[in-house]
Amino acid sequence: MHEFSLTLNLVEIAENHARQAGASAIKSISVKIGMLSGVIPDAIEFAFDACIRGTLAEGASLEIIDVPAIGQCRQCSEKCPMESLLEACPKCGSFALDILQGQEMALTEMEID
Amino acid sequence: MCNDCGCSVPSPGHDHSHEHRTRTLRVEEDLLAKNQRLAAANRISFEAHHLFVLNLVSSPGSGKTSILERTLGELAGQMVFAVLEGDQQTSNDAERIAATGVPVKQINTGTGCHLDAHMVGHGAEGFDLISTDILMIENVGNLVCPASFDLGEDHKVAVLSVTEGEDKPLKYPSMFRAADLVLINKIDLLPYLKFDLEQCKDFARRVNPQIEIIELSCHNGAGMSSWYDWLNRGVNRKRGLEL
Repeated sequence: MHEFSLTLNLVEIAENHARQAGASAIKSISVKIGMLSGVIPDAIEFAFDACIRGTLAEGASLEIIDVPAIGQCRQCSEKCPMESLLEACPKCGSFALDILQGQEMALTEMEID
Repeated sequence: MCNDCGCSVPSPGHDHSHEHRTRTLRVEEDLLAKNQRLAAANRISFEAHHLFVLNLVSSPGSGKTSILERTLGELAGQMVFAVLEGDQQTSNDAERIAATGVPVKQINTGTGCHLDAHMVGHGAEGFDLISTDILMIENVGNLVCPASFDLGEDHKVAVLSVTEGEDKPLKYPSMFRAADLVLINKIDLLPYLKFDLEQCKDFARRVNPQIEIIELSCHNGAGMSSWYDWLNRGVNRKRGLEL
């Protein structure tokens, strides 16, 4: 359940940005979660309600943007979608894929009052 | 259209004291940014002390503490160690390490499922880092969460014991992808188990083609010398920075 500490981080980052912008409340938070980030979006949503209590984000809505994973083969440079870390290159069969996209977890946008 | 804020409400009678104060703020900040900053600070401090730092990760009961005990005992006089012990509760593991005479500090994470860079930075403060060769960080027994948290280590070392099933790398690919070395422990039990060692190594390499693999038993000592050689190479690389 490291999603709980990640969600605490998310709210802390959002509060910092809101204060810097002179806001008194956070209305919504958008966060992008890569499919191979090792994070379960449902667990973030579950933790969010608990983490926003007593913060500037109390009552805020949460939008989670799923980011699909893309890999690139180290042997033949083929790019391919990745459903898991166990994917093989569809062209040459190698398991040595570098992950180009899909491991991110970041606050991207928020609405403030 | 409202001339002041561009919304679709007609201008006359439009009150700007309500919902139109809402602004959108574009931010791009990683949720682990704080941990990554602290891990980078740890790494700078460790590098400055030419310290070889390992983050030992595994499921509970794979033998991390037993491997450490044997390693610290057999390499006493050859390398200087310090140990950080991460567990949710108790100082049992730290007491086992303390019995070997090596400086150790227990970090209890309470309900936390992993060590983070902040805990490790403070945990290492009490050690005489300048005269230490290797800092061993024994993470909380958990093959999921510790994969995401950089502590400032040189390598994650995953421990997998043969009583666990050869498909562990497939079940927990994030951790085996994050690790540079896997220690397959308890190989003295292989005659009594259906564990397919070659299949396990194949699975680990499928998840991480670069991963190094050492088979050992901290019970009867088989394979431990390969592990010690690996440690020696790491320490020598660090000492090489002094030249």
